[in-house]
Amino acid sequence: MTETGSGAPIVRAKGLRKEYGSGEGLVRAVDEVDLDVAPGEALAIMGPSGCGKSTLLHLLGGLDRPSAGELWLGGRQIDKLSERGLAQFRRDDVGIVFQAFHLMDELTAQENVELPALLAGRSPRQARRRARELLDQVGLSDRAGHLPSALSGGQRQRVAIARSLANDPQIVLADEPTGNLDSTSTLEVLRLFESLRTAGLTVVVVTHDERIAATTNRMISMRDGSFVDEMRLTGGIKGSLAGHAGLGE
Amino acid sequence: MQQEVVLAMLAKEPSAGSRLRARLNDALGPLGDAVNDGQIYVTLSRLEKAGFIARQGTEAPEAGRKVYGLTAAGQERVAEWLSEVTWPKPDLAEFHLKLVAAAQAGLADPIGIVDAQRRELLRRLWEVQRAAMAEPEDSSAGLLLEGIVLRLQADLRWLEACERAWMDRRKK
Repeated sequence: MTETGSGAPIVRAKGLRKEYGSGEGLVRAVDEVDLDVAPGEALAIMGPSGCGKSTLLHLLGGLDRPSAGELWLGGRQIDKLSERGLAQFRRDDVGIVFQAFHLMDELTAQENVELPALLAGRSPRQARRRARELLDQVGLSDRAGHLPSALSGGQRQRVAIARSLANDPQIVLADEPTGNLDSTSTLEVLRLFESLRTAGLTVVVVTHDERIAATTNRMISMRDGSFVDEMRLTGGIKGSLAGHAGLGE
Repeated sequence: MQQEVVLAMLAKEPSAGSRLRARLNDALGPLGDAVNDGQIYVTLSRLEKAGFIARQGTEAPEAGRKVYGLTAAGQERVAEWLSEVTWPKPDLAEFHLKLVAAAQAGLADPIGIVDAQRRELLRRLWEVQRAAMAEPEDSSAGLLLEGIVLRLQADLRWLEACERAWMDRRKK
């Protein structure tokens, strides 16, 4: 139905489950989730804290292993990978953006963005060139030499987003990317996510902040480990904006 | 729209309707379309009748271009309006009672009603946030759009609370 709905999915999860504890104390943080994400799709998974959305994101990003179910990314089955294979997958195939940025404080913006490429075995020169391109893309060329402590929250998150793209991942995963930001910084990050979407990147965001969902074209509501609702939104503005502001009749 | 808005927008300097139109468009951005020219001119003639504004000869009277300025009474009304504390009251009682009635009569599932409402609010929020992202950084309309988004988010928080509460009652 969507313009990006053709072709094999980038992400495919079937009966995905993550359990903690056992017996009486058993918690199903992710409970039989089925999910397809098409190439170029931007998806938001929303729900209150504790609904399992972060756990799900960790499974998708290979940060955690499912208790049951199957997970494919780009045609590869992730749940069957060895520890080493999983580490490689995390490094090469996914870019992850966290609420708390997770930048290295002692490295400059440029060095932070270079790091994943260096770890993947690129030459310092290649890593440097790619980092420059990415900082330019997120509008921070003039901050390349700054330490994170000299940047605003929004700028730090933009550096973290640039870093997530360093190895040209198949998918970008973001966990509450606007959670620590004021409204100006939030808008900066929203605009950046919107540009990623229009550039055709595949993005999955889990969030409690409905604003970031406005940069996606599909929203899933999650409760108690399961998907309970889904809506797709595309195209322009159909309703009356002014009516929401109390203007008009 | 309140006639005081038109009156106050005229307080900067005597202006013709077209100037007011431009000022409103600046302040409202993509919401400006909701205020049509007819409304502005009708309001101006009402304000004139009420003695709050008067025609002035300070601008060349091109075809049909009347320039209005505030009278002393108009100035006073603007000052009064600026100092009035008003705020729209959200009508949440109707929705609340809808859930209560649906559950009591067994006519509909309150959770289903909450879900439908959430979808509608999410759709609105999506639209308004997209409009906000499209505004230039120095836009004053961006601030208005942000306000609408924040209110919708507050409503969505309340719907979450409704959902939780009705979910718990269902379990009992």
